Amino acid sequence: MLKKEGQIRIPAGCAISGIMNKKGKRFSGEMIIDSISVMHERSNGLGGGFAAYGIYPDHKDSFAFHLFYDSKVAQRETEEFLKKYYDIELAEAIPTRKVSSIKDSPIIMRYFAKPKIDELYKSELNEDDFTVKFVFKVNNGIDGAFVVSSGKNMGVFKAVGYPEDVGEFYKLENMYGYIWTAHGRFPTNTPGWWGGAHPFNLLGYSVVHNGELSSYGSNREYLRQNGYKCSLQTDTEVVAYLFDLYYRKHKLPVDIVCKILAPPMWDEINRMPREQKRLYKSLRAVYGLGLMNGPFSVIISTDTGLIALNDRIKLRPLVVAKKGDMMFIASEESAIRAVCENPQKVWHPRGGEPVIELLDKTVSTYIEHKYIREVTA
Amino acid sequence: MSLSFLTPEFIVLRDRERCNNCGLCIKLCSFQAHYYGEKQQRVVSDDKKCVNCQYCVVKCPKNALIVKKHPLEFRQHDYWNDTSIKDIYKQAETGGVLLTGMGNDKKFPIYWDKMVLNASQVTNPSIDPLREPMELKTFLGKKPSRLEVDNKGNLISHMPPQLELEIPVMFGGMSFGSISYNAFKALATAAKEAGTYFNTGEGGLHRDFYDFADNTIVQVASGRFGVNQEYLDHSAAVEIKIGQGAKPGIGGHLPGEKVGEEVSKTRMIPIGSDAISPAPHHDIYSIEDLRQLIYAIKETTDYKKPVLVKIAAVHNVAAIASGIARAGADIIVIDGFRAGTGAAPTRIRDNVGIPIELAIAAVDDRLKDEGIRNQVSIVASGGIRNSSDVIKAIALGADAVSIATAALVAMGCHMCQKCYTGKCNWGITTQNPELVKRLDPDEAARRLINLLRAWSIEIKEMLGGMGINAIESLKGNRLMLRGIGLSEVELKILGISHAGE
Ligand code: SF4
Ligand code: SF4
Repeated sequence: MLKKEGQIRIPAGCAISGIMNKKGKRFSGEMIIDSISVMHERSNGLGGGFAAYGIYPDHKDSFAFHLFYDSKVAQRETEEFLKKYYDIELAEAIPTRKVSSIKDSPIIMRYFAKPKIDELYKSELNEDDFTVKFVFKVNNGIDGAFVVSSGKNMGVFKAVGYPEDVGEFYKLENMYGYIWTAHGRFPTNTPGWWGGAHPFNLLGYSVVHNGELSSYGSNREYLRQNGYKCSLQTDTEVVAYLFDLYYRKHKLPVDIVCKILAPPMWDEINRMPREQKRLYKSLRAVYGLGLMNGPFSVIISTDTGLIALNDRIKLRPLVVAKKGDMMFIASEESAIRAVCENPQKVWHPRGGEPVIELLDKTVSTYIEHKYIREVTA
Repeated sequence: MSLSFLTPEFIVLRDRERCNNCGLCIKLCSFQAHYYGEKQQRVVSDDKKCVNCQYCVVKCPKNALIVKKHPLEFRQHDYWNDTSIKDIYKQAETGGVLLTGMGNDKKFPIYWDKMVLNASQVTNPSIDPLREPMELKTFLGKKPSRLEVDNKGNLISHMPPQLELEIPVMFGGMSFGSISYNAFKALATAAKEAGTYFNTGEGGLHRDFYDFADNTIVQVASGRFGVNQEYLDHSAAVEIKIGQGAKPGIGGHLPGEKVGEEVSKTRMIPIGSDAISPAPHHDIYSIEDLRQLIYAIKETTDYKKPVLVKIAAVHNVAAIASGIARAGADIIVIDGFRAGTGAAPTRIRDNVGIPIELAIAAVDDRLKDEGIRNQVSIVASGGIRNSSDVIKAIALGADAVSIATAALVAMGCHMCQKCYTGKCNWGITTQNPELVKRLDPDEAARRLINLLRAWSIEIKEMLGGMGINAIESLKGNRLMLRGIGLSEVELKILGISHAGE
């Protein structure tokens, strides 16, 4: 019998795409669908999905939980559990339309909810940690329930299918967000499980990822020791948790986080000025198990910006472009040009050189700019 | 003297056509197995004295010599085999403890050889080390669980002292005394050249080697030979030796014959006296005592040097290692039951301790489960034979390995297991100046450097095959291993799946 994702690890190749309006202006999901559909060849219909930010302005202070249920029983159990710890503002089915290629849909719900104050006090956790705990409990403890996303004013929409069909299924052309990311999956096995599609989300972070981590075994062990249970056995999950660990828990600057995930080579570190060298040596010595080895290109989105990162020797494609307030990231340049005529700047970030764009202002990291390669648009 | 029942273990075959009676082998053999037979009027051999070190075989200008295992002359009996019978003869004759050198030579399972590695195919490209950087740099020492960095990218945290290795292979503890001056020098030279560390064993550090301090790990063992402030100062790190894999539970023994002038000065003991270190440290009877010694050493060295604690892999190794980590050690060295030594009681060598492969997995698991794995590095030693053993040790959870027997073999050791006699024909485990001269320290260092270089190339190739370009991504990455022909229990302890799963 075929094992479900989570019981085994399924390598996958992929297409990824990300679009942001830096001023926070919201735009329809149509644009990202158009972009990702150009890369149809890079996926095989076994997984597609989108993350969208700014889509729930009316509920922007509540956690927006998107959930998949295999059964009514799982739904009832989860809702009981949710009610126990959260005040639910609104519970509703996520609107979908029939699309011939999308089959075997689970029950798809969303809830806007806030942690119950007394439960929060009792737990002695902050809102985020409280919610992370809740998500882990549902995903690992309730059979047939899966939290698809758990951020505020954002949501993940995914399914087994080609991404453009998934977009149609979820009626994303009617959704408006200021950041969109998308993913088309090419798994080497046929799990047929909706939860296994990307983006992968935790709180406000979402990850779309193309690649396979050869360091998966070390990374997963390291995360386990830091309290993360990798229940899906996907590399994407590892990326999301590592980012959460370093950025949210260790409070490291985002460019440093990227330099842990894809550190510079020793040759480069040895040429650095003294203090910088000390920093990078320490980072590699302490965070060596957080290094993501093997081929990957990844887009990490948060409610405040987009991060694009390649593995250290650029074994997977990644292109970035800018035009006005718009910023585009994709596996292939064609996916950008499909939705943006005449970008002002197009470049291929080097392996391990992160591109970090925040809303409304460009964070000038001391690493980023020197590697930007201008190409004639 | 009564007649000995012992029969020769080896036979020396001399090709009479080739042998021109030059007599070189007579001069060469420190065990005096060759002599000039007056009756025969030619060079002949006494099989009984030969230990099969192959020195004469290699050096004979006419290639006239062959040494072979003596054909079994006892009647076949699977239980009472020739070793068990001969051991009884020996003890009945001498009334003494059986002694031996090198490591456990019994037929226990070799788990290294029952594990296979992974390689990338299609979904994940392999990396070609000839074209892409492949990084083996390894840090040993306590790591904080997190670092603090300010917004400008300045490191705020303080890093505890680390050993920095260019290849995750060090030389294990071998004392000046058990090995010769030249062998010691070769190890020091090679460690420096290759960017790794050698270890003084419990024999102190001869002043001539103070220049190698940055690559020296000095040992503090139960005999405290040669330990003083100057000794501790001329080191990169200090190792407290609690036990060793070749003889867990007992102390060291350097026979008086091996204690000449230089050894005596270095160890701070009289010439010709046996150097016997007690089984336990007489100031360590419990874990809290170990903590005191660790901190005494840290105080003396200004908290600038990592402290290693070396133990033999025994049944309860995981719990012991956890205690050692909590006692404040920066690095734990676990020495498996295949570890070699200059001299050990045969019964202990062959029957005490557990395989290093199982010990690494058990210790790594335990430290991880207790959430203290980052507080301490693990060095595995005891019978590491080649680069794939190294890779497998790291995938099981070790940070680095130490080699000692393999280093001696690189210098010329032919595994005759007679190190305790002090008559090593290869000039390695002897103090006899005539024999020591046979080992050219520069040549021996070159051979050691070659060995490390060859291993590092092989390690890089295997890493690249797995799609990994930095050794840290292999650490504890047991998904890269599969077992072959192992039982459920063995697989569970090793924390790996069976091949085909
Ligand atoms: S002990 Fe060594 S040198 Fe002596 S005869 Fe035997 S093999 Fe030759
Ligand atoms: S070091 Fe010398 S005495 Fe010891 S086993 Fe090797 S060759 Fe024999």
